[in-house]
Amino acid sequence: MNNQLSDDGLREDLISNEDLRSQSEELVSSLVANLSNDDLVNLEADSWNPVIEILGGIAITRARQGFSPRETGRFVHTLKEALVEVLQREITDPKELVKESLKVNRVMDNLSIVTFETFIKGREEVILRQTDEIAEISTPVIRVWDGILALPIIGTLDSSRTQVVMENLLQEIVATGSSIAILDISGVPAVDSLVAQHLIKTVAATRLMGAECIISGIRPEIAQTVVHLGIDLSNIITKSSLASALAHALKVLRLEVRKINPNINNNNR
Amino acid sequence: MISVTMTKPKTMILSLSKDTVQVYREQDVVLLRNRVREVAVKIKMGLVNQTKLITAASELLRNMLRYGGGGTCLIEVVTRGRDNGVRLTFQDKGPGIPDLEAAMRDGFSTGKSLGLGLPGAKRLCNEFDLKSKPGEGTTVMILKWANG
Amino acid sequence: MDKIPILRMGNFLLVTIQVDLYDRIALDLEADLVQMVNKTGSKGVLIDISAVSIVDSFMGRIIGNIASMSKILDAETVVVGMQPAVAITLVELGLPLKGVYTALDVEKGMNLLRSMIVSDFGNDDETEDDDFIP
Repeated sequence: MNNQLSDDGLREDLISNEDLRSQSEELVSSLVANLSNDDLVNLEADSWNPVIEILGGIAITRARQGFSPRETGRFVHTLKEALVEVLQREITDPKELVKESLKVNRVMDNLSIVTFETFIKGREEVILRQTDEIAEISTPVIRVWDGILALPIIGTLDSSRTQVVMENLLQEIVATGSSIAILDISGVPAVDSLVAQHLIKTVAATRLMGAECIISGIRPEIAQTVVHLGIDLSNIITKSSLASALAHALKVLRLEVRKINPNINNNNR
Repeated sequence: MISVTMTKPKTMILSLSKDTVQVYREQDVVLLRNRVREVAVKIKMGLVNQTKLITAASELLRNMLRYGGGGTCLIEVVTRGRDNGVRLTFQDKGPGIPDLEAAMRDGFSTGKSLGLGLPGAKRLCNEFDLKSKPGEGTTVMILKWANG
Repeated sequence: MDKIPILRMGNFLLVTIQVDLYDRIALDLEADLVQMVNKTGSKGVLIDISAVSIVDSFMGRIIGNIASMSKILDAETVVVGMQPAVAITLVELGLPLKGVYTALDVEKGMNLLRSMIVSDFGNDDETEDDDFIP
């Protein structure tokens, strides 16, 4: 414990001293309880499992709490240093000391690696969860009017994201009975032939469902790139802004937006 | 500056379960579709991916019935660490495909069909393999991961 | 001996596909439908695939055939109720489905057919005028 407390890397903000003490005690008691002299040599033995489990648990929680890898690694190292100190105190024969020190070294190194592996796994879980969340929130389908849906696409469009977009859009079309979908790509940074393919597929799928798709938010640079790449968008309705796409959609649905004449109201009073 | 070249280790694909279905009549198509759907649902494959997988299987099945005189379909659940997937292997002892390149072209058909079966199945799945020798039959493998 | 039933909805014919189409049943459907279009003088065919979860190129071909045959007999074909997963798969599969109109449901499909027929009549009047040369 003293070693840990004196360490510069002590993260008092992330973990209290009491918790640190209890974690350390848990690990040490597990080590003591589960190991005989033979096991110290055989690192694959089953009796290591409880120790590894505890260590793994500590590593994962630290990963989730935001400890750096070095900080988590230090946890095992301070134990090693403490053990070596104890050995130095208790063993007087130099040859014996070296032999035991090497054993302790090997054991601690192995535990270090376990810590490392579990730490990485913990981080990967966070990344996966965030990736899913990003996919979820970045493709909202908005009902702008009865029968008209709008999809602002933000970020890059790869094949897996396109499938998510298509699925959400088509399900909304069924749920709302909409006949027009406006795909706004002003939030898509670059449109290359692959992205254009994905857009064309989305339009085709919408048409198969009996609805029509308008692509809006096309920046001038994108128009240039599309022509230079020889991409054929001739049978897709394209508009530069969401507003003009909406105007077009209203016209198709034979709807009109009119200014309310104030004079009529005055007469009624 | 130290530059390190890392070669990506080839991840082993392990087979977790095997199931073989004989397909010799048109009615077997429905049976196979249901079996494949069952397996896909078990590994939590999403609906769109399920549909793509079963549609691809349907294409290959019809090919096998029409040109190969029927055959077997091996349904496997496979894994490569974190991901699970479904692998289907269709095998027939028919006349074989003389021109593999042409067969993989959209619109090419030796019958009355639209010629979309083989290239279409390839597009719908993650992995595709076709082996055929005239006189020795045809083996087609498709694999779809649960997460596409 | 199962056949796919063809219902009459006013001036249109409605086919609801709920079973797997394989060779014999598909050919029967094509033949029956063509006969019915001819017999009733129907101007529109609605194919309801809302219960179909898998559409492969074979079924695509049958639908395309029905559309072409009906067109020859002066009827339009509208496919209704396609499931989203099916639409996404068909696009990936590359199925052309030419000459086939689509609508979200039977009601929208009938509206579409009606609008197509009205425009047909409109065009007919014009051509009659053009052809009339004393």
